[in-house]
Amino acid sequence: MSILVNTDTRLLVQGITGYEGNFHSDQMLSYGTNIVAGVTPGKGGEWVLDGKVPVFDSVRTAVEVTGANTSIIFVPARFAGDAILEAADGGVKLVVCITEGIPVKEMLQIKHAIKHKDVRLIGPNSPGLISPPITKVGIIPGNITHSGAVGVVSRSGTLTYEVVYALKQANIGTSTCVGIGGDPIVGTDFIDILSHFEGDSQTDYVVMIGEIGGLDEEKAASYVANTMTKPVVGFIAGRAAPPNKRMGHAGAIIDGGVGTAESKINAFKNAGIQVAHYPEEIPELIKNL
Amino acid sequence: MRLHEYQSKEIFADHHIPIPRGRLASSPEDAKLIAEELNGPVVLKAQVLVGGRGKAGGIRLVRSPEEASDEASKILGSKIKEIPVRRLLVEEAVNIQQEIYMGMTIDRDSGSTLLIASAEGGVNIEEVAKTSPEKIARVYVDPLIGLRDFQARNLATEIEIPRELWRSFITITKGLYLSYQKLDATLAEINPLVITTGGRLTALDGKMIIDDNALFRHPDLVEKRDISSESFEEIEARKFSLEYIKLPGDIGCLVNGAGLAMATMDIIQHHGGQPANFLDIGGGASAEKVAAALRIILQDSQVKTVLINIFGGITRCDEVANGIKKTLAQIETDVPFTIRLVGTNQKEGREILASANLVTADTLQEAAEIAVRKSLAFAK
Repeated sequence: MSILVNTDTRLLVQGITGYEGNFHSDQMLSYGTNIVAGVTPGKGGEWVLDGKVPVFDSVRTAVEVTGANTSIIFVPARFAGDAILEAADGGVKLVVCITEGIPVKEMLQIKHAIKHKDVRLIGPNSPGLISPPITKVGIIPGNITHSGAVGVVSRSGTLTYEVVYALKQANIGTSTCVGIGGDPIVGTDFIDILSHFEGDSQTDYVVMIGEIGGLDEEKAASYVANTMTKPVVGFIAGRAAPPNKRMGHAGAIIDGGVGTAESKINAFKNAGIQVAHYPEEIPELIKNL
Repeated sequence: MRLHEYQSKEIFADHHIPIPRGRLASSPEDAKLIAEELNGPVVLKAQVLVGGRGKAGGIRLVRSPEEASDEASKILGSKIKEIPVRRLLVEEAVNIQQEIYMGMTIDRDSGSTLLIASAEGGVNIEEVAKTSPEKIARVYVDPLIGLRDFQARNLATEIEIPRELWRSFITITKGLYLSYQKLDATLAEINPLVITTGGRLTALDGKMIIDDNALFRHPDLVEKRDISSESFEEIEARKFSLEYIKLPGDIGCLVNGAGLAMATMDIIQHHGGQPANFLDIGGGASAEKVAAALRIILQDSQVKTVLINIFGGITRCDEVANGIKKTLAQIETDVPFTIRLVGTNQKEGREILASANLVTADTLQEAAEIAVRKSLAFAK
């Protein structure tokens, strides 16, 4: 079994009539994802994607009529915050936000607003999830990974593709690959996903791909050291990046010496996580486990 | 987007934060006139968007209008960290009893706004934070409720603001928070916030950074953007929504996605090379965007070779290949290219490049090795 998205996923696409939403819905359908509804306010009653998917005016109606339990968001940044709240209010259990560029203050409010609801948000600025070969909820190309025992969790988009593709070249498949999103404020962090992988029977190993900034990787490292039994291989992007573009004193005062590539790599190593020097080294490290 | 000191202070003043009297000058004559109006010692402050202005000679205290004119003529037109000074803020000089720090920013860890203050403000605030973290007072602001009076009061007591200044301190704290909220700032800072010898609180310096993702809500700010102090690359990059950062090396990089762009720089360094830039063309990039990115990279005379690494998801490899081919047909360059295209439409992309006699690599590892070899060959 995979995590978060699987054969039970009944997907609703917010922004299904837009260019990106339409293109990727088509890709997801071809992959085998069960898309049960689309939502575009004002276009309710239409059918899209060769008449396969009904469009509704609101998430609430779409959920009532189709039993959708997962939503993916492709709407433009200035409407995406609203779309997340509508999805949470409409009764889906998992919301995946692909949209990039939502103002960070809006995300602060949204994260607090949905904290006590029975809903998980992945993203924003996320490539989504894929559980090969069953389903994908997102934009990760379907042909670059196949089913296997490695769970992948990452803050990046294309860097994640690079890693799962390298795994595939080495004939290593993935259980589920999750992009948690590259924005400073996201709905789901590394630890949430690691705990899912720890409890997933299909997953034997985990690959964690982080990057400079924030403290999420450091916290995940102590979770791995203290709680996880499954081996973890890691990669941190940004060793060659210049010391943070300065964000005034406040950022430096808060972050102190943490958040750099060095501190994250050290945290990983101290937690017993094998750290790759470059993405294509990851398959070797897995084989040596 | 960063605001100038004078812009931040205008916003502060709108939110009841006391600032010194003064105005902007763009000529020595202006500076003299303003100094005459202020009728006393004044401070000339270069309006450039770089840190460490004071240490670089961008801030001068002068005693008379004539001296203001003389000093202004020296600073205006000079350069501070490569940025030409075009405007000065001319302000009344203030006698300082104590320098306080006050700032607020997004705290990723708690998912809220973090407000910090210290009784030991001024230029060495980061040093204070490192050596005596207990001297930094913190308040977390619930994003749904906002800053409350008691929180500002707690800050005041913790950093030992004299009781008679509490009311003013609370007004300033709330004013800074409102400025930060209203402008969608990711940082708002007063350093120093001073207690004058006359016993008043005044914001002597101000800094704000606005969330670029929220600029659509602030068209007036976009108009005020100071492009006079930006480079060609920065202006071009913004025009085409590219993320570009200049670095000291000689291998130009063009990559889709920030994480992959960083990983590409890392592997270059791993093989003994040095990246000349960070450049992310983003998702779904068009041939035009690729062409603009290449022009930015190639105008950098330090670039001896270029590495292009594209993992196509939304981005199509044939679109990227067309952009490369078109640009190289227009620009004369001897700079050798190493190109790696994988993912959506990779076959079509590679065919386009082959038809233009451009060499492609299969793996990132191989591409990085070739690029580093080319850059080292140049060094010999």
